[in-house]
Amino acid sequence: MSNRIGGQTIKLENPPCILSRATIVGKKEGEGPLGEFFDVVLKDDYFGEKSWEKAECRMFQEAAMLAITKAGKQVQDINYLFGGDLLNQIITANYAARNLGIPFFGLYGACSTLTESMSLGAITISGRYADLVLCATSSHFCTAERQFRYPLEMGAQRSPTAQWTVTGAGAFLLSNDDKPPYITYITTGKVIDYGITDANNMGAAMAPAAAAAIKAHFEDTQQGPDAYDLIVTGDLGSFGRDLAIDLLKKEGYDIADRFIDCGCEIFSDDQDVHAGASGCACSAVVFGAHILKNMEEGKYKRILLLSTGALLSTTSVQQGESIPSIAHAVVIDMNRG
Amino acid sequence: MDGSGKGFMLMDVRQEKIKKEYQIYVKRKMPKSNLIRDCIMAFFIGGLICTIGQFINNVAKTFFQLNIEEASAFTSIILIFLGALLTGMGVYDDIGKYGGAGSVVPITGFANSIVSPAMEFKREGYVFGVGAKLFSIAGPVLIYGISTSVLVGLIYFFIK
Repeated sequence: MSNRIGGQTIKLENPPCILSRATIVGKKEGEGPLGEFFDVVLKDDYFGEKSWEKAECRMFQEAAMLAITKAGKQVQDINYLFGGDLLNQIITANYAARNLGIPFFGLYGACSTLTESMSLGAITISGRYADLVLCATSSHFCTAERQFRYPLEMGAQRSPTAQWTVTGAGAFLLSNDDKPPYITYITTGKVIDYGITDANNMGAAMAPAAAAAIKAHFEDTQQGPDAYDLIVTGDLGSFGRDLAIDLLKKEGYDIADRFIDCGCEIFSDDQDVHAGASGCACSAVVFGAHILKNMEEGKYKRILLLSTGALLSTTSVQQGESIPSIAHAVVIDMNRG
Repeated sequence: MDGSGKGFMLMDVRQEKIKKEYQIYVKRKMPKSNLIRDCIMAFFIGGLICTIGQFINNVAKTFFQLNIEEASAFTSIILIFLGALLTGMGVYDDIGKYGGAGSVVPITGFANSIVSPAMEFKREGYVFGVGAKLFSIAGPVLIYGISTSVLVGLIYFFIK
C-alpha cells in the first residue's frame, strides 16, 4: 500500500534519522550572528586552493567527511550520496563525489537542493534500499558571482532586493537508526512561475513556490501552522519572506509568528547583504548549525523545513524569460511520529 | 472533452490574473533604491574623479608645457592607470558601491570594467580566460560608443 497522502506528500513508513551533520562556512558567514555554531570557519575564500571552484569543492568534500566521521562511520559504509550545487553541470558535487567514491546521485534544484536531497535520501532509507545516505550541498559567493553576475572587483551597485550567496557547505548523514531527530513527512514542490523576470529579486520569484509548497503540505496532512514550532524557508530574504507571509494569509494560513527564513538569519544587518543571504549552503548551514542544535536542546520539537530554489540560468535571464521556482518541504520531528 | 477544455481555459485565465496581480503587488511593495541619495553620491564621487582629472590636466599644461591635446592624452593615461591600480588593489568596487554612476561613467570606470574581468578569469588561462573575457563588460560600451561617434561624425560632416 502506498504511503502517499494528498497530492504531493509522503508520510514515511520508516522515518529515517539525521545521524550527524557538518557545516563549513566562509569568513563573512563566520563573522555573522551564527558564527560560533559552525563546525569550520574558513580564514579566506580560497581555503588553500588555487581557484574558488576548487575551494568550494573542498568545502563540499570536507563537510561530507566530517559528517561521516562524526557518526563514527567509514566512507565505505555510505550507500548513497545525494548532492548538488549551483555551478554549471554541478561541478562541485561531481568533483567532490569523484574524490569521495560513494555511489552518487547528482541533483540540481538550485538553492532547493538541500531538502531535495534529504527528501530522496529519506525515501531511499524508508524504502529499505539503503542504511546510510549522505546529503550534501554547497555554494560559494565568488563562484556564484562570476557565473551569474559580474566579476568581483567590478564597481557595480547591488539593488536593495539583491541577496548575498553564502560561502559554505553542509552535509547530513541520514540513517535507519532510532535516534532523533527524524524526517517524518516530505512534500515535493511543483515548479511555480508568477512571471518575475528580475534576477536581482529572487525572493519575489521564489515566494509563490514556498507558499504553494507550504499550502500543499498543510492540505495534504490536514494540519495547520499550529502543528509546527517553527516553519523555516531557505533563502527568500527579507522581502521574499514578507511576500510568502502575505500569500499564505490570502490562503487562510497565518504563519508569521513561527516563520523564519535562513537567508535572514545568517548575516546581521550591518554586514551589507541587502535583502539577505541565498545559495544552496544557506539553508544547509543554518539548519545544520543553528536550527538542529535548538531542536536537540528542546527549543523546537517539530519543524517544517523548506529549501527554496530559483531555477534560472544566465541564458534564460538574458533572453528575458521569467524565473521558475521550486520549494520542497520536509518535516523534522524529535518524535518518530 | 469540450467541458474540460473550457475548464482548463478558465483555469488559465484565472492563473494569469493571479500572476498579474502578484507582479503589480511585488512592484509596489519592492524596496526601492534611494534615488536622491544615489544621485548626490554619484554627483560628488563623479565630480571628485573629474576634479582630479582637471588637476592632472592643469599640472600637465603648467608644469610640463603640454598643449591641449597632449594634456588630454596625459590625463587619460594617468586616470586609466589609477582606475586599474585601484581595481587591482580591490578598492574600486568599494568606490563603485557608493559612487554608482559617478564612478562608472568617468574613464576610471572603463578601466575597472576591463581590469576586473581580466583578474577574475586569469584562472581560465590567457587565451580563453583573460583574452576572451577582457571585453565582456566593456565590449558593448566600445561597440555602441564607436558606432554612435561614427554616426555623430557623419551628421556633423553633412551639416557643417
